[in-house]
Order: sequence, then structure tokens, then C-alpha cells
Amino acid sequence: MTDHPAVWGPEPGAGPAVRAAWDALRTVMDPEIPVLSVVDLGMIRAVEMGDGGRLRVAVSPTYSGCPATGIITLEVARALDAAGFRDAEVTTAVFPPWTTDWISEEGRARLAESGIAPPPRGAGKRALVAPDETVACPHCGSTETELVSAFGSTACKALHRCRSCLEPFDSFKCI
Amino acid sequence: MTQQDALFEYLLRLGDTSLALGHRLSEWCGHAPELEEDVALTNLALDLVGHARMLLTYAGEVEGKGRDEDRLAYHRDVFDYRNHLMVEQPNRDFGHTIARQFLHDAWALELYERLTSSTDANLAGIAAKAVKEKRYHLRHSAEWVVRLGDGTDVSHAKMADAFDRLWRFTPEMFEADEVERTLAAAGIAPDPDSLRPAWEARVDGVLAEATLPARPAVVGQTGGRSGRHGEHLGYLLAEMQYLQRAYPGATW
Repeated sequence: MTDHPAVWGPEPGAGPAVRAAWDALRTVMDPEIPVLSVVDLGMIRAVEMGDGGRLRVAVSPTYSGCPATGIITLEVARALDAAGFRDAEVTTAVFPPWTTDWISEEGRARLAESGIAPPPRGAGKRALVAPDETVACPHCGSTETELVSAFGSTACKALHRCRSCLEPFDSFKCI
Repeated sequence: MTQQDALFEYLLRLGDTSLALGHRLSEWCGHAPELEEDVALTNLALDLVGHARMLLTYAGEVEGKGRDEDRLAYHRDVFDYRNHLMVEQPNRDFGHTIARQFLHDAWALELYERLTSSTDANLAGIAAKAVKEKRYHLRHSAEWVVRLGDGTDVSHAKMADAFDRLWRFTPEMFEADEVERTLAAAGIAPDPDSLRPAWEARVDGVLAEATLPARPAVVGQTGGRSGRHGEHLGYLLAEMQYLQRAYPGATW
């Protein structure tokens, strides 16, 4: 499978309306991880002005089973509506498949601040065939940690324990 | 059979298999032997229902009669369901659930890997998404097969018994009729039998590590893919479909 680059904002030549839409999208937070916006997550794949001035937004769902996906799509439409984009068309783009590599640097920093270990970059493939080698504890920074369960409190998280500070913590699961 | 008819039927087979297994796993919610496993099984259930949603949504589009995922999931009866017989089998105990999951995961991972190069772009896209999650599933179920098979005398005996009960349902995963043959000829889906060597290698490797009896040659019990089910699916659907049957079109 070829790698598809992340999209975190308007293309350089984008018009003011598309830029305004991106600004509105930056205010839409993941309901399960409220420190991350849908833009930080890399879920917004395309924002474009269609014929007749109707805005089109393509959203890439994260985990197939994520119950937040429906809410997020609704929130995206609502934020666009509030920003003046009436009747925006919000579509789901399954391909290319979303990957944790699309989470922005700011998003990763905010995950760590809120006690969730961010997924290592470029690990999408490696982490799937072998247990994650080192997940640093978001509390004390130690790499002496162990995986408790690959399945955590939400579809996107795994449960770990730090052997240094003994605190349990979540990590964002690589896909 | 037109290619469109074949694709619709194929998507039902995949989608219904994911849905029925997802529902079975959801029955463990609040009942698993330990908290982490309760969370894990329900996570797997969510993924499977998520795959079913994508597959059934696409099935409805291919059919072109205005049926969406909910219509297909909640308003078809047993004879219109196309899932593998194996996934409708009751959970029984935890070991049986894990054995069933492992046999399915080893097949599904191989299938989705192959489907990522389908000539049908939508199906390839769904597979590319599902394959990432199936890798987690197989890792999880295979680890448990080894842990229980190579565990205590009791856990070993339960796992051996579970596999004994399940082997007869496995040949159905590799069966082909006009649906699969039509799609294989068009490069849309792999010939099911071509998945067998990789599945056998994976299953045999894990069974050996788990010190469990080797996979026997079996004559399979089939029919699910064409709507001939055992009694279990009816009970499963009665629970899953209750609300939409009692209050058609209800939303919240």
C-alpha cells in the first residue's frame, strides 16, 4: 500500500472561503478526546467550493468501530453552518484509510499533555505485527512500561502501565 | 448472473458475517472472565459492526433499490442472511468464543489483505481500512489460543473441545459458487479456495504452539452463504432486530 500524506489545512492557493471553513473545522473537537480537533486528527481530507457555491468537505473516519464518527460528522456540519456555510455537503472518504500518522505535531503534544501517550510516527505498520516496543509514560517519561491490553476505553486506545511511576495510562493505538 | 448481482450478494456475505460475529461478541459485554477481556471483546465487536456498516452500506448502493445499512441489517429475515454458519454459533464458553474468533480472524485477515488490490475501488478502500484492525484481532485471538491451549489441563481440554466443535464449519469460508467465480474472473475478489494455504499455515502454526491437536480433515457443513442457517441465527436476529421490528423506522 502506498503512503498517503496528511492534510492539515488549505492548499497555498486556496480562496478565503475555504480558509474560513478550515478555521471553523479547527473548532470541532473529538468528543472522546476533547483536546484534539478533527483537523489535528487529520480527519479532514478535502475542503472545496463546489459549483453553485456549495462547500464540500470530505471526512476520513478513524477506527471502523468508533461510535464517535456519526457525532463528529454532525458536529462538522454544524460548525460549518455556524460559520455561514449553509447546506455544506459532508461526505465520508474511506480511502485512503485513516492512519495515526496523520495526527499533527500539535495534536501529539496535546495528547501527551492530557496523559495519553501519542502514537509513534511511521509506526502504523510496525506496531501491528509486533507489540509496540517502547511507549513512553506520559506522566514521568520513563520507557519502562508494559502493555496491559491492546484494547482500551475507546476504540483508539490501548492500556499500559508504567513500571517506574506505577501509574496506568492510555496510549493512542497505531493503525 | 450479472457482475452487479454478484457483487451485491458478495457484500451481503461479508457484511452479514461481520455483523453476526460482532453481535455474538457484544453478548459478552459485562460477562467476560476479566475486565480487560470484557473491554477487548466489545472493542472487537465494535470493529466488526463497523466493517458490517461499510459493507452493507455499499451493498445497498450496488443494489440500487434505496436500501441502506439499517434496512439491510434490521429488515431481512433468516433466509435472507448470508453469513457463515460458524459466526452464528452461540458463544458457549470463553474458550469457544476465542477459538471461533481465531478461525475467523485468520481467514478474514488473509481475505482483506487480498481485497486491498480489488479492481473495485470501493471494496479495496473498505478492505484497506478493515485490514489494519483485523491484524489486531488476529494477534489477540491467537495469543489467547496459545495461552489457553498451553495453559492448565482444564483450559487445554476446553480449547480442544471448542476446536472439535468448530472444524466442520470452516470449509464454508473457502467455498465458491457463481457469485465468487464471477467476481474472481473480474479481479474484484479472490477465489476463496486460494485463501486456504495461508489460512492453514497460520492456524497450524498457532495450534502447534498451543500444544493443541492438529487440524483434522473435515467434511464441512455449509449453507449460510445461501441463506440455509441453523436455528441459532433466528434467536440472534430476534434480539438484534427487536426494536426495528416492533417500531419500524424508529430513530433517536
